[in-house]
Amino acid sequence: MLFKIFAVLTVAGAVAAMSFRNLVHAVLALIVSFAGLAAVYLLLGAQFIGLAQILVYVGAVAILIVFAILLTRDSGITSQSTTSSSWRGSIVVVLGVFGVLAWSVGHSAVYQQATSLPQGTSMQEIGNVLMQRFALPLEVIGVLLTVALIGAVTIAIYEKKETR
Amino acid sequence: MGESADQFFVNLLHRLVSHVPAGLGGVVSALASVVAILAVFASLFAITTVLERKGLGRIQNRYGPNRVGPFGLLQPLADGIKSLTKEDVVPHAADMAVHFLAPLLLVIAAFSLYAVLPVGRNMVLANLDAGVLFFFAVSSVMEIAIFMAGWSSRNKYSLLGAMRAIAQMISYEVPLILASVTVVMAAGSLSTVSIVEKQAGYSGILPHWFVFTPWGFAGFVLFMIAAVAESNRSPFDLPEGESEIVAGYYTEYSGFKFALFFLGEYIGLFAISGLGITLFLGGWAAPLSFLTWIPSYVWFFAKLLALIAFFIWVRGTLPRLRMDQLMNFAWKFMLPMALLNLVTTGVWRFLEHGALRWFVCSLLVVIPYVLLSRSLKRGWRLEKRVYRFAE
Repeated sequence: MLFKIFAVLTVAGAVAAMSFRNLVHAVLALIVSFAGLAAVYLLLGAQFIGLAQILVYVGAVAILIVFAILLTRDSGITSQSTTSSSWRGSIVVVLGVFGVLAWSVGHSAVYQQATSLPQGTSMQEIGNVLMQRFALPLEVIGVLLTVALIGAVTIAIYEKKETR
Repeated sequence: MGESADQFFVNLLHRLVSHVPAGLGGVVSALASVVAILAVFASLFAITTVLERKGLGRIQNRYGPNRVGPFGLLQPLADGIKSLTKEDVVPHAADMAVHFLAPLLLVIAAFSLYAVLPVGRNMVLANLDAGVLFFFAVSSVMEIAIFMAGWSSRNKYSLLGAMRAIAQMISYEVPLILASVTVVMAAGSLSTVSIVEKQAGYSGILPHWFVFTPWGFAGFVLFMIAAVAESNRSPFDLPEGESEIVAGYYTEYSGFKFALFFLGEYIGLFAISGLGITLFLGGWAAPLSFLTWIPSYVWFFAKLLALIAFFIWVRGTLPRLRMDQLMNFAWKFMLPMALLNLVTTGVWRFLEHGALRWFVCSLLVVIPYVLLSRSLKRGWRLEKRVYRFAE
């Protein structure tokens, strides 16, 4: 029951995000979708990933999008049509991809095996696994993000100098 | 006396739950806790408004509210009636739905923060495994609410205020979280309840609070500075700088919606002070070992009121920062100090107990502090201020 409510909320938010003309409204709808997804994670007992979803997506990604909209457009309202001219073809492609994915997930061995999930992975276990077994990937991702950050700043600084 | 008074509210809740059918027990217990949190912290808000106005009045050499009731104590009641009876003006160009939802979202998010704060022994609504993470996740929703308010008003002052607020909250969220991570590292848990338990016990009469360690003290100072900035209070009140942008993101709110913003701001302030108490000041624990007979919730609220008094004092004392000073302070001072403090906590954890540990960790805090503030001060040109007319 709860899962259905959150699933509807997530999908409705995503659909609204695509169809709103006002970009800020679209971002707010996207936030509803993110929050719905976080609720589904929490419902599955994945506390860490659910809360991280809210912290990262609602708290950071959405704010980033908002800043991008407000800094690049003056009104935030698009004059173009919200549907692309080739929307009929796109629907066929989307349904095809979804069908193939749903079929393959439904028939995979993992799906049929995983009837009983290990309930409630504790934060301690996640921390131990991240810091021991997956320590190297974690560090590599950290370096990658830092490189991306420095790169973005470098690009931004150069542009500023040229306009002056 | 001690034990029964300490668990009075817990026992009351158990007795209440035992009177309802078995299936409804959980729901009734949760509802009763939520109602208690709403009632207690909303009344604390009412009391704080009077205390703040009186305190600021005294700092500014005037009386403050003293007309309604004895010593002006009924002032919040008068304010409440006034804001309820005022006309709710919504600008013609405003985005109706978003304009309506913003104050609600702010207040809901602010009250949700209390779900993980232990206000006394066995007195926490939800002992989440990831309690601290929950707190920061929910407090990030408040930024969205502030943006919604500022953007939907279609007023340039509102939008400017909202953008300032978001920029400030994002910048100070980083040192805030890094300062809290030190405690999480030392306690080895993200659950607020077990963080409080880790600070239990006394050596002699002094408690084992994290604030009484070198890294804990530095972390607490960083945390409190960032907390003032997160709750948009003076000296970090640029988002609502009256002299520049009217009232920031709630310029276009009137009547009860304005009161809701006010409520949300104070509730957020209490919540973040509560988190500071939980992380660094031993939560509901008594400050001295022979004072443990006083109920735990009394200590929590005593600490909370002390922090509120500190906030009022700071507000009445310090002038508002400029935007560039605000950002420089966050990124050039707070962030490096918070990162170094993280290293200090690691050193503290792996060194053996004793004087050496204290010495090394104190040096690790003090030396970077001195060097950093010296190097940041180099560009300043401080001269004696000359008053043309006053002298």
